[in-house]
Amino acid sequence: MDLTHSPADEAFRAEARAWLHAHVPSEPLPSLETADGFAAHRAWEAELAADGWSVVNWPGEFGGRDATLVQWLLFEEEYYAAGAPGRVGQNGIHLLAPTLFEHGTREQRARVLPSMATGEVIWAQAWSEPEAGSDLASLRSKAVRTEGGWLLTGQKTWSSRAAFADRAFGLFRSDPDAPKPHQGLAYLMFDLRAPGVTVRPIARLDGKPAFAELFLDEVFVPDEDVIGEPGQGWRIAMSTAGNERGLMLRSPGRFLAAADRLHRLWRAQGSPESTRDRVADALIGARAYQLFTYAAASRFLDGESIGPESSLNKVFWSEYDIALHETALDLLGEEGELADTDWAERYVFSLAGPVYAGTNEIQRDIIAERLLGLPKGRR
Amino acid sequence: MRFLLDAEQRAFAASLDALLTAADTPAVVRDWSRGDHTSGRALWSRVAQAGVFALAVPETYDGGLGPRPVELAVAFVELGRHAVPGPLVETVTAAVILSGADPGTAKRLLPPLASGGTLATVGVGRSYALDGDAAGLRLACSSDGIRLSPGHGPVRPSLDPARRLTPLTPGGELLLAGPLTEQALAWARLATAAQALGVGLALLDRTVAHVKRRCQFGVPIGSFQAVRHRLADAKIALEFAHPLVFGAALTMRPAEVAAAKAAACEAAYSTARTALQLHGAIGYTAEYGLSLWLTKARALRTAWGDPHACRALVVSAAGDRRW
Repeated sequence: MDLTHSPADEAFRAEARAWLHAHVPSEPLPSLETADGFAAHRAWEAELAADGWSVVNWPGEFGGRDATLVQWLLFEEEYYAAGAPGRVGQNGIHLLAPTLFEHGTREQRARVLPSMATGEVIWAQAWSEPEAGSDLASLRSKAVRTEGGWLLTGQKTWSSRAAFADRAFGLFRSDPDAPKPHQGLAYLMFDLRAPGVTVRPIARLDGKPAFAELFLDEVFVPDEDVIGEPGQGWRIAMSTAGNERGLMLRSPGRFLAAADRLHRLWRAQGSPESTRDRVADALIGARAYQLFTYAAASRFLDGESIGPESSLNKVFWSEYDIALHETALDLLGEEGELADTDWAERYVFSLAGPVYAGTNEIQRDIIAERLLGLPKGRR
Repeated sequence: MRFLLDAEQRAFAASLDALLTAADTPAVVRDWSRGDHTSGRALWSRVAQAGVFALAVPETYDGGLGPRPVELAVAFVELGRHAVPGPLVETVTAAVILSGADPGTAKRLLPPLASGGTLATVGVGRSYALDGDAAGLRLACSSDGIRLSPGHGPVRPSLDPARRLTPLTPGGELLLAGPLTEQALAWARLATAAQALGVGLALLDRTVAHVKRRCQFGVPIGSFQAVRHRLADAKIALEFAHPLVFGAALTMRPAEVAAAKAAACEAAYSTARTALQLHGAIGYTAEYGLSLWLTKARALRTAWGDPHACRALVVSAAGDRRW
């Protein structure tokens, strides 16, 4: 067991820290769930990319630095410790990109990844439908074969970032006669400004358009934008779902920084005894999550894959994040009610955590069945 | 960075698990709870022969293999998993205390701890010491120093019948000046945290097995979502306490150990509540084996630093440095 980092990794960390110190905006950007904020965050992605810091773990040919998994974790620690802005491109970077690396063609990677790395193209996800949430495989939006591609028709919803994003990826029913709901699905990429697409932003709790409904009416998608075999979409989407729930979407660096921020707030408020234990739990939880991730990364480097364990992560960080921000708002007293603060923004964001990326109820079912070996039951 | 136990450490855990599985520890616990230490001492010798106490004894002393806190944590997870009775944590703590005594005292008192010939207990202030009636070495810690206590008072029962609490008789030879050191307390807390983690893991395993077997309404109760989700939460709590325990063993920083203690004991205790609920009435009986772990999870929460004390240390150390 060893928690020390190699000189090369420490050098990488120092380089990241120095760059961030010189470049992170001194004032927080406006909320990325607003038009202005989205544009500002997109510009920040370009600034990161210009010096090769937007996708450090990608190969150099697509804009990365070929960083190892451990180096990526260190980058994330430095990134959030520096108070750097949220990543507006993360749906593409953490969900679509791993899918393309695993299942895409060389041509797709060359075409899609560089503009994703610079923020020139921001991607939204298009998984859920009005009647297909936790039971995603029951989705009904269809892809119908046409000359040179597919025509998409149907409705997607809760599509994060779609109010301002450029393109989207998601699952569509390409074979209505497939015997089981998980079969006959295609994984497709499409343009949110293509003819036939209507984007209707949805205001989240605080009124900001953080997600959108997508109405699709015979939207043409060329064959080159199908990932993998049509009909294999479910398997392809699930093979990288662990990224969303686990390691990649919520790195420990985020929560280490959040816990430090909470601790500073607690001190600034006069170190009240009433919240001491909750501040401690935030500090302890961040360390637990960091060490849990180091252990997972070590297993990954040994050649093991990250499977249902990612469901442990997802429940843990999503509940942790809410508890931390509830503590912050309680500490702020009357000020905690104000909606135009950074803490309020983060609190509202945290509330969605137990719902997106597979509800925590679905994650607990996965834990029960696949990690504890309990019999399947009715949900 | 490689944050996983190595093959040798995993083999050590497996060999202890095999030793303890073969030892019928529930029967030993029943004897111990009645004050009959015979079978417990026999088991103690075997645990000592496996090298467990030697991990806390510096290798410069006869029989010492330590200090090796990571391996100690590995061992204590297994001891907790099998509900082994006796002053395990206290013997480790005594070894760490005595390592700081003058060389003559250390040389005289440490080897029997490593070999398992002597069980030790430690009392702090006016608190109870665990199993003072079984211990051949009783260390009484106060602000002015650590003394070799000449005896113990009457046994008070613990909520965990396997833990027999005794006040220590004042006076006796002064071994060390000054109070219990931060380092000795960290070892006590690390061992307690690892033991609690093992207790929690055993409770989860037994409860998972129970809900797969137990049928109501014609199906195993483990197929009900209310049951499954409680067990999933127990699994999450234990899985995130686990790396804290081993991270603490690696660094041995007091705040990090306190964090591990708080998290492991919370995880074990919440798992105990789940285990009791999901076993139903049978879990509430003294006779059924589950009680060995249920009651220990409660007792370990407040042993060597209650949850609030541990959390306070975490907060006071935060900001000084990154973990």
